[in-house]
Amino acid sequence: MKKTQFDPEKNYIETREKIGYVPRTEATQETYDKIGFMSGLEVHQQLLTEKKLFCHCKAGVFHKNEEFDAEIVRHMRPTLSELGEYDGTALMEFKTKKEIVYRINNENACTYEVDDTPPFIINKEALNKALQITMLSKFNLVGEVHITRKQYLDGSIPTGFQRTAILGVEGEIQLRNKKVRLIQLSIEEDSCREISDIGHRRIYKTDRLGMPLIETVTYPDMVNPDEVKEACDYIRFLNRSSNNVRIGMGATRQDVNVSCKGGTRIEIKGVAHTKWIPELTHNECFRQWALLAIQKELKNRFASENEMQNWKTNYAELNFDEFKITTEAIKQAKENNHKLIAVNIPKFKGILSHFTQPGKCFADEISDRLKVIACIEKPNMIHNELPNQPITPVDMEIIQLIMQTDEENDSLIIFWAPEADVKTALETIEERCKMAFFEGVPKETRKSFENGTTIFERVLPGADRMYPDTDSTPIPLDNNELEELRKNIPEDVCERINQFQKWQFPEDTFTYLLSKNLFSIIKQTIDLDFNPKFIAKLFGHFLKNYEGKNQNIKIDYNKIIELLKFIKNNHLECEIAFKMLPKIFTNIDNNFENILSEIKFKKYSQEEILSKIDSLSYDFDKVAKERNTKNKIAWIMEELRDTAIGNINLTELKNNIANRI
Amino acid sequence: MEGKDLQGYKGKAREILQKYNVRVWGEVVIQSTRGEFKGRVLPRAENTDDIHIVLKVNTGYNIGIDINTITDIKEIGYNVANYAIPEKQFPCTEGLPHVKLLGTGGTIASRLDYRTGAVIPAFSPGELYGAVPELADICNLDTEKIFAVFSENMGPEQYIKLAEAIGNEIEKGIDGIVIGHGTDTLHHTGAALTFMCQNLPVPVVLVGSQRSSDRPSSDAALNLMHAMTAAGRGNIAEVMICMFGPTSDEYGLLHKGTRVRKMHSSYRSTFRTIGDTPLAMVTRKGVEPIKKIFNTRRNDKNVIIKPYFSDKVTMVYYYTGMKPDVIDGLVAAGYKGIIFVGTGLGHVNKLIYPAIRRAQEAGVHMYMTLQTIWGYVQMYVYDTGRDMMAMGIIPAGNMLPEVAYIKLGWALGQTDDHEEVKRLMLTPINDEITEREPYNGYLVYQGGVPEVEEFIKKVHK
Repeated sequence: MKKTQFDPEKNYIETREKIGYVPRTEATQETYDKIGFMSGLEVHQQLLTEKKLFCHCKAGVFHKNEEFDAEIVRHMRPTLSELGEYDGTALMEFKTKKEIVYRINNENACTYEVDDTPPFIINKEALNKALQITMLSKFNLVGEVHITRKQYLDGSIPTGFQRTAILGVEGEIQLRNKKVRLIQLSIEEDSCREISDIGHRRIYKTDRLGMPLIETVTYPDMVNPDEVKEACDYIRFLNRSSNNVRIGMGATRQDVNVSCKGGTRIEIKGVAHTKWIPELTHNECFRQWALLAIQKELKNRFASENEMQNWKTNYAELNFDEFKITTEAIKQAKENNHKLIAVNIPKFKGILSHFTQPGKCFADEISDRLKVIACIEKPNMIHNELPNQPITPVDMEIIQLIMQTDEENDSLIIFWAPEADVKTALETIEERCKMAFFEGVPKETRKSFENGTTIFERVLPGADRMYPDTDSTPIPLDNNELEELRKNIPEDVCERINQFQKWQFPEDTFTYLLSKNLFSIIKQTIDLDFNPKFIAKLFGHFLKNYEGKNQNIKIDYNKIIELLKFIKNNHLECEIAFKMLPKIFTNIDNNFENILSEIKFKKYSQEEILSKIDSLSYDFDKVAKERNTKNKIAWIMEELRDTAIGNINLTELKNNIANRI
Repeated sequence: MEGKDLQGYKGKAREILQKYNVRVWGEVVIQSTRGEFKGRVLPRAENTDDIHIVLKVNTGYNIGIDINTITDIKEIGYNVANYAIPEKQFPCTEGLPHVKLLGTGGTIASRLDYRTGAVIPAFSPGELYGAVPELADICNLDTEKIFAVFSENMGPEQYIKLAEAIGNEIEKGIDGIVIGHGTDTLHHTGAALTFMCQNLPVPVVLVGSQRSSDRPSSDAALNLMHAMTAAGRGNIAEVMICMFGPTSDEYGLLHKGTRVRKMHSSYRSTFRTIGDTPLAMVTRKGVEPIKKIFNTRRNDKNVIIKPYFSDKVTMVYYYTGMKPDVIDGLVAAGYKGIIFVGTGLGHVNKLIYPAIRRAQEAGVHMYMTLQTIWGYVQMYVYDTGRDMMAMGIIPAGNMLPEVAYIKLGWALGQTDDHEEVKRLMLTPINDEITEREPYNGYLVYQGGVPEVEEFIKKVHK
């Protein structure tokens, strides 16, 4: 029998083209309209407080993975929802039978963190700070705060739920070209940090657990990837403008929800940097688009609805010794006495190698789930649509023969797993394949990577996982107290942006200035009668650059105001600031005079400096190879620069040189 | 508008709801000076103020709206939540032991109603099977709710009903009994049942949970599995309390009903055997005895039920500066028995001696136990101790104060005779007084000490 050779790589490229995937750089609004790009955000922001939200442990004290005083072990059990069914996530987490280990450090965790003590009264400092941000985001403030429990069964919170409460609903933010509506803002306790998740054991540390956090949720109003980033940046800047929040690694995290036309809301969890957002949302939208194409293709392969309903996989255990194995992972599996299982996937030919994301195909969707649900570490499977087949063609033939794989229509997966996990693995494979034609895009949360791709993280939890916290009582929000808090909130971020534009600050300075919340500092410097152009350059370029290169130095922005006052009072020219600024953060005694002598500054009058031009002009003529005016001015400027900085405006000097020569 | 439509609302909040013709469970749009709010009106919890209306918004969260800010409410829909609890037939498996679960009112397992936030207890075998399906691998289960009271309201009346129910079940040939119970007074009930149900042929296991079963991290399910295992498969036929060993989900401990105490208000591993080791460890695999000697399971039905209790017994926790009128008052009120909880080896101050003397003259039965929890009463060491014994206070060895109270109530329920009461009190039925305290019977480690820190880093407490 003559067979047509199937080329998986070719199939991958063809399917990518077929669904109309284009790289983000080539995408336009039209591209996104065509696939129905829709996205919303959940922005999490840690509040800057001394203590945690519901206990009296210090907030913001972190420790290394190995620095712990004790460990405890818990298992999370799903509780029944009102329909008597387990929530989808709940069922999955229960299936995985994870042993959750919590590492406790006495310095930053008490018996509350491990759910052995009920909550104390909510941290008032945190509540007030969160309320100010709620006002800034133009939310309707609630009359009474009700602490609610939101179930999480992944173990990230030892209680199995997060204590969270709404402070406001229906807010809005003003982006460059549109308003984005906000659904709600809640105050909540932060979760544990994961140390590892291998096999059936997941380890967390409890240092971050219980720290106060706010979550701002937007409506899915964003219609292209750049808009999502803009909205996210805006919310971050808004939070920071309050001065009530923590900054630094992990202090702000966002979940990004994306869907395409006909797709479903997929939650990309814990995106660490907003700059990742455009690529992630672009790829996720196209992943859904690809899955819908797969669904359509598969549905066409079924003759009837009945056939689709009855579709199932078949499997057989393989004997390691009967095949030539070159893959390290399979060798390992054999040594560990794991099982080697082949699964025939009817009608899936060309699907496993179907494009889903850049560098990923449908088979990855299955492999990801095997890792998360069946707890089988990657690499956990191979299949017959791999470009570089780790199994010899002869062996593959034999296996396909055993499995009665119809080469024209079916595809084949081979996975390896501990015996106890085989059942879940088989269920997981079949379930994911069925989802491909029944649901198209399964509801899930996904984990993001810097390269813009995502992997399966969990089944998306249902809405029915909220219930009141019986350990706490509602907190009324008094009008007078709220008005008191309102007195100390800053102007809107969009007003700040307008002001920057009025001052004619270059656009490329905005992100840095807003993310460091430097507006009020800058306003003070401009009030000192400095030229906005100089201030923009000093902060937006020079300081940003300095800070980027000196991340270990703690920057006290108020010192810059002091410096500028000093410059003003001593009638120095403002350029001296560029020379002095790097010294002020490292100079302990805070004496600007000393810094001046350190940078070897000497006071000269303008006349003294200008008087040197003539002799320098003479010198230039002697040494210069190319005697033209432009070179001459530049050379004299260079000779005079060190003496001039601080004593005379450099532009003025340049003009003077040009006039004199 | 009918009362049930405004469930929990009173005063001004109730008036506002009535004014706008809005019901609990109504979908509403509220206009207020703080903006617009949409959601479903929830019942208001008791003991909360009357100036807020509770809404569940469609993200599942609850919020409260201050009625003083409300300018308008419109009901745009109405949908009453109902609480049907799912039941699944508890499978009957041949060869598995038959266990009876007696309910006292505490929540053993439960289901959440997300719309109301209510926790609905699961109790019937079917409901329990729905919540903890693993139970079906351990035993065949039957349940009966004896009464419904909170743990703190358990008392003599309930002890007697429970003892009689235990007697009935044994008569019917049950393989083991589990009693679901709130944890606060679990050890009181443990002691009472030990005295009331003697010569048990099967295990009687009291179980509760420190974290309610509506929480994913609850200890309830595992405790229940451990208790069923101990009752159905274990070989120890005594009244036992089955609760977490460490706070981790690892193993349970079986404590004698007479030697156990709740030692932390909220920890999972709150129950500790005092002055001895626990009876056994228990996992889902089975019971692993720690003590070498215990009463073993038998095939007969020769339990002796002694359902007696006098409520004329009280307990006096001594404090410095206590005045005689405290004792006089109790005697005048008709109390026939007093358990003193004294300082140190068993002391009270001289100021109350006259009152003790008057109590003795009134025929009050008096016993001394210890605030130190651990250790023996020793009234010979100091003169004061001897003085007190001379006034009729009898040292109760290392009997725990709560156990002594229960036992005196049980004894006085049977007789008034001082010698007979004394015999009953000082003759241990199941180690309520032990002859010796083993070295590992007193373990209260102190954190911070290097070897302890090393220990708790490795071993889960």
